[in-house]
Amino acid sequence: MSLLYAVFVAPFVDMATAPAFFVEVLLGGVFAGLMYSLVALGFVLIFKASGVFNFAQGVMVLFAALTLVGLMERGAPVPVALVLTVAVMVALAFAIERLVLRPLVNQEHIILFMATIGLNFFLEGFGEMLWGANVKRLDIGVPDESFQVAGVLVNKLELSAAITAALLVAVLAVFFQRTRIGRALRAVADDHEAALSIGIPLKTIWVIVWAVAGIVAIAAGVMWGAKSGVQFSLSLLALKALPVLILGGFESVPGAILGGLIIGVGEKLGEVYWGPLVGGAIENWFAYVLALAFLLFRPQGLFGEKIIERV
Amino acid sequence: MIYREAGQFKTTYAADQAIFPIAQDRVVVALAIAAAFLVPPLAGSEYWLQAVLIPLLIYSLAAIGLNLLTGYAGQLSLGTGGFMAVGAYAAFKITTAFPQVNIIVVFLVSGLFAAGVGLLFGIPSLRIKGFYLAVATLAAQFFLVWLFNKVAWFSNYASSGTITAPPRTVFGVMVTGPEATAPARYVVALTLVVLFALAAKNLVRGRIGRSWMAIRDRDIAAEIIGVRPLRTKLLAFGISSFYCGVAGAELVFLYLGSAETLAFDITISFLILFMVIIGGLGSILGSFLGAAFIVLVPIFLTNAPHALGLSVPVALQKQVELMIFGGLILFFLIVEPHGLARLWQIAKEKLRLWPFPH
Repeated sequence: MSLLYAVFVAPFVDMATAPAFFVEVLLGGVFAGLMYSLVALGFVLIFKASGVFNFAQGVMVLFAALTLVGLMERGAPVPVALVLTVAVMVALAFAIERLVLRPLVNQEHIILFMATIGLNFFLEGFGEMLWGANVKRLDIGVPDESFQVAGVLVNKLELSAAITAALLVAVLAVFFQRTRIGRALRAVADDHEAALSIGIPLKTIWVIVWAVAGIVAIAAGVMWGAKSGVQFSLSLLALKALPVLILGGFESVPGAILGGLIIGVGEKLGEVYWGPLVGGAIENWFAYVLALAFLLFRPQGLFGEKIIERV
Repeated sequence: MIYREAGQFKTTYAADQAIFPIAQDRVVVALAIAAAFLVPPLAGSEYWLQAVLIPLLIYSLAAIGLNLLTGYAGQLSLGTGGFMAVGAYAAFKITTAFPQVNIIVVFLVSGLFAAGVGLLFGIPSLRIKGFYLAVATLAAQFFLVWLFNKVAWFSNYASSGTITAPPRTVFGVMVTGPEATAPARYVVALTLVVLFALAAKNLVRGRIGRSWMAIRDRDIAAEIIGVRPLRTKLLAFGISSFYCGVAGAELVFLYLGSAETLAFDITISFLILFMVIIGGLGSILGSFLGAAFIVLVPIFLTNAPHALGLSVPVALQKQVELMIFGGLILFFLIVEPHGLARLWQIAKEKLRLWPFPH
């Protein structure tokens, strides 16, 4: 009985008695969720356009952040460093397409997945060799402090991260819907062969999606780096973004956003209100179990394309 | 001229479907096993046995397990580390509770525990496929490791949370614990891996293996011709987890000696998956080759600068190692996406014709 009470009643009583704290937890979850979404977005872009499940997205975040910080440490002002980092990520996209994707074209998905894990190792070593492995601070001019709105503490850094994420998503949406390249990207995502037959250059498209994913990685790297320092653990973000992906569906940009929010909020609420019951530190797997439970009802995620199977 | 099957007539179906239908293969395999049993324990140094051969055998076993699931049944899993942890902790609990039980029996029983857990986490595979399933199996990985970390009962309330292999004997020879010699542990690991590899080889050429491959190649078609997806997939998860569980128990008892949950984190799942893919999906031999590759390459990379007489800062060396390791994986995937086992097969085809070009 007491267990049932602790699981089903007590947390809700806590929520009702301290609404301000509840809202704070909720907001914390929303912000964390948006940050997850940023990482998940990179996955979705690449998966949509090339069917590659890019495990290296987490390391791309780390690599982008390392490059940015490294350039700033060497005296480059923020805008210059940003532009240079973008250039580096675009160059990386070219290199990946030329050296990894092109020789592996038409291979099975699992082989490409493995290749991105190989890439993961390579980039991790490469980034740390170029810029050093110690933890770095990334100062983007937004202080990590909080202010009060109607009795609720809001963190400035998290707020600006959320706004950036929202802006980025809006820009991406416009890019996909309104531009020529965006249309080509959607065509490739729909059907490789058909797109190829009407003259869309697949190779260029792949470079573009990897470059866009690289730029998204910069945004994610800046936000996470400003919050917790630029260090190796940034690359583990990939693992955080995976449940977001399966929840939202691998092919869906809105799914990545909504999935991120659900996971972020669910994780924070679970940790704060139910975590103590089982000894805490449930953040690592809670998102996965949440996503797993969800998948049992919708195997393709929230917005994933309906899986139609034929013999 | 040496390796060919001319003149070897098969007059029964049994002979035609033998594990090694070609006489030369049988001889080579028998010789290889004999050599593996005799040469290293007598001639190998402590370092080679402890740091190279024992982990190689244990990882091979785990790789065979994952290969059954991913290579034969087509279910991508990233939960290997979790299932190995189940085996390790089950073995620890059983052998500390019943010290008189033979340690080999303990390994097998702990494998059964892992199989049970594997069945449980295999249930989603009925609805979820491909990468969705891979991510779903990560739930097993994170949840199980967290569980063993949090619940002190699993480590017998040890304050540090580590499990330590107690000394146990097989036929009067100490095989686990600090006093067990490397050759003794090596022979136990080798015996188990040989037996399990043979079992796996038999499994995949029989009815079960064929139904796995049918599910892998096209599950709906398999279902239509009468392969039951529920039973087949769950069986694959169960047997695969059994192998992984035994490997996990061996990892602690025969190799590490004592371990925390950290030994079973996500990196080991990826390592085993690498072994399977580099070695060759759907090949038992490939599991051994892949394990050898993944175990030997880092050792080689660590020792290479020494051998060349270069002195490299430790941090830089670690980073370069990572780069080369990643680069090698990419290189092998590009050169031969079907793995080392495929290279071996090509070599065999060539050998059959040798010395003639066609």
